[in-house]
Amino acid sequence: MSALAAPAPAAPATPAGKPLPPVSLKAPIAYAAVAAVALLLFGILPAAGRRTSFSVSTASDFFQIEQFSVPSKTTAIVLCLIALALSAWSFRAARTRRTVGIWLPALYAVALILALLVWAVAGKAQPLPLTSLLQGSLFLAIPLVFGALAGVLSERSGIINIAIEGQLLAGAFLAAVVATLTSSAYVGLIAAPVAGALVSALLVAFAIKYVVDQIIVGVVLNVLVVGITSYLFSTVLKENAATLNTPERLPTIDIPVLSQIPVLGPVLFRQTVLVYIMYVVVIVLQVMVFRSRWGLRMRAVGEHPKAADTVGIKVNRTRVWNTLLGGAVAGLGGAFFTVANGLAFGKEMTGGKGYIALAAMILGRWSPKGALAAALLFGFADNLQVVLGIIGTPIPSQIMLMTPYVVTIFAVAGLVGRVRAPAAEGIAYVK
Amino acid sequence: MSEATPAPDKPTGSTAPAARDDGLESRAQGALREMLTSSWLVTAAALVLALVISAVLIAAADADVQAAAGYFFARPTDFLSAVWEAVWGAYVALFQGAVVDPTAATFVRAVRPLTETMTWSVPLILAGLGLGIGFRAGMFNIGAQGQIILGAVFAGYIGFAWSLPPGLHLLLAVIGAAIGGGLWAGIAGFLKARTGANEVIVTIMLNNIAIYLVGYLLTTTTFKREGSNNPVSPPVADSALYPQLLGSQFRLHLGFVVAILATVFVWWLMNRSTLGFAFRAVGSNPRAARTAGINVTRMYLLVMVVAGAFAGLAGSAQVLGTEKVLTAGVAASFGFDAITVALLGRSKPLGTFVAGLLFGALRAGGFAMQSRTGTPIDIVLVVQSLVVLFIAAPPLVRAVFRLPSPRGPGASSAPELSAPVVKEAAA
Repeated sequence: MSALAAPAPAAPATPAGKPLPPVSLKAPIAYAAVAAVALLLFGILPAAGRRTSFSVSTASDFFQIEQFSVPSKTTAIVLCLIALALSAWSFRAARTRRTVGIWLPALYAVALILALLVWAVAGKAQPLPLTSLLQGSLFLAIPLVFGALAGVLSERSGIINIAIEGQLLAGAFLAAVVATLTSSAYVGLIAAPVAGALVSALLVAFAIKYVVDQIIVGVVLNVLVVGITSYLFSTVLKENAATLNTPERLPTIDIPVLSQIPVLGPVLFRQTVLVYIMYVVVIVLQVMVFRSRWGLRMRAVGEHPKAADTVGIKVNRTRVWNTLLGGAVAGLGGAFFTVANGLAFGKEMTGGKGYIALAAMILGRWSPKGALAAALLFGFADNLQVVLGIIGTPIPSQIMLMTPYVVTIFAVAGLVGRVRAPAAEGIAYVK
Repeated sequence: MSEATPAPDKPTGSTAPAARDDGLESRAQGALREMLTSSWLVTAAALVLALVISAVLIAAADADVQAAAGYFFARPTDFLSAVWEAVWGAYVALFQGAVVDPTAATFVRAVRPLTETMTWSVPLILAGLGLGIGFRAGMFNIGAQGQIILGAVFAGYIGFAWSLPPGLHLLLAVIGAAIGGGLWAGIAGFLKARTGANEVIVTIMLNNIAIYLVGYLLTTTTFKREGSNNPVSPPVADSALYPQLLGSQFRLHLGFVVAILATVFVWWLMNRSTLGFAFRAVGSNPRAARTAGINVTRMYLLVMVVAGAFAGLAGSAQVLGTEKVLTAGVAASFGFDAITVALLGRSKPLGTFVAGLLFGALRAGGFAMQSRTGTPIDIVLVVQSLVVLFIAAPPLVRAVFRLPSPRGPGASSAPELSAPVVKEAAA
């Protein structure tokens, strides 16, 4: 983590006072370039005269919205022009050194994604089911949100958590076994955080007590958890699948009234209890990290442990508790793979989701709400690939699956605004 | 943290702290002390500890042991002998599958395990060497997996699409593999040099992109085998294959020789060449290196390209030697295993070679163990990760085995595994 921890190269100091950083136009240029390519691909090149149809409502809504269709070419061109206009806006803002809110990249992304959808489903008889697309996106984003929040908790306090993957996997494992043993999905949900916290305990034991490089511990712990869970799966779980590895599925709970709002209702309020917990955790963390004494201390420890220690904050104790809490949160996310789906535990069933969660945390700039947004974006890309696969599209599924990772690389390289890790991340604190 | 980081009074090398004696200890005691505090002993102790913990897992999952545990208080000896049989049986099978199998009917079968170990170790050694270069230059490259895949893609494409005379074809395919791996790693190096993008994150992302990229390529007409429904490339031409070293009865191929040569080359590169010196200088203190006139950002790029080239060679060993065809799973989990190999070998060439052989043996033996005693090969992952965790935390191993702790700062912990620490001067 040396690059992120090292001080940024000093800007040319002006005698007038505060040095200004040089104007960076990288992000606006990148926005404009991508929008221009999209305009060409989705708007100008495709043949005219095709229509794209969307279906929106589910049967139980208050009122029904009819399936509707739009002319593909025109709509795509308009959407891409909107994206180009937003790029111009960000260009102007960068030149005049004004900061733009998160709304700009968000709107930009929505415009381009819609353009992509309009293009991809153009001329298909089957309409694109918008509601189920969003519902599935939120569903697939669950482990990413929990994993990214786990990353926020530990990294804000200065411990790099590469072991999110292991924490998810451990949570998935224990949730499945406990849920089967007690034949209650809810008890499995309670057990999952314990497994995640155990992985975190190993992480802090080696990272803080034995001052081992945190990235190394994280990577090795992931291998260890894969090894242990796969071993136990092949030996114990396989032979006693009925008694140990057939978890119940968490029931879907409709929130009365709210769940009948068209589009939003089924997406947000027709989910399992895990999703409702997720809402609470995101909101609570967003408030607590930035508005509470606990959050201030955690961030102080992650930014400048020496200063924090000087005013009497116990640096390593703070790090231990926050990393354990983070592990518990990730473990809860692991429950998604087994009890939330009603699936049996399988070898390496998290399939790299922990690493995507890590990416979501970075893309979300180490804040709970940012992590949520990034995780939703990744969940959307994941689900889009499934939905488009059913409808049949011109884009190979592998390219869709690749997108989140490419976006993250651009983000880390500073093209999508600046990302800055907590300053003391990865650096052990020894008195 | 009292024993791990004693106050560094005087900078000493990482070897033999007890040798600079104050005269109170006799020479013999000094030698004994040196032996007991050496990093080799810690490595061996870590291995023993990892095997013991894995033995607990093996015993716990064994049906006979579980049955005997049911009447433990009635006849504890049954339980103990069941544990012994489960563990001993598994480890004997592991050894016989990894080194030599005296129970085999023919000589070829008896010695095949050793050649299997060597075959498995080739990609581990090659990728581990590359990662080791990165670690010593202060770059934490997790991307060997993606680099192996890209190396395999390049080597595979040259191997099945081009037709060239035998020696030249192999040479070009191998060079192509190195270029493929180097380019892929170079992306991370370039971004780190230009924008300061953290190489850990970028290489993790590149791993995933590479997996989907090879998956995509194998659906295109250029890469997919004609008439096959599976995502498999055409077979690599014979002229581009690594020749078999011991005839067709064994899988061992020339890749092993490449691994030996690469080990020697990395030793020369890191210990004798100017470039290697610059790498190490950047790794130990980038600011001092910059002051000394080394172009640090260029080194970031070069380190990654060189490291990626070795990982690419590992890919060539898979596609031109062992598998002889490009599939989506051509890299297996070698990229991640190679991280543990490099860490166990402490990023040194010889250490990486030995560690690669050891983990290759665990892999080869693991398959034998799985088929003979039914102990799943996943236990190998547990052993591997535990070994690395333990060697990263020498105080823990010393405490378990009651070994004396060294007094010098260098030998107490593995410096390349320990985290940067906030110090007065640095803050």
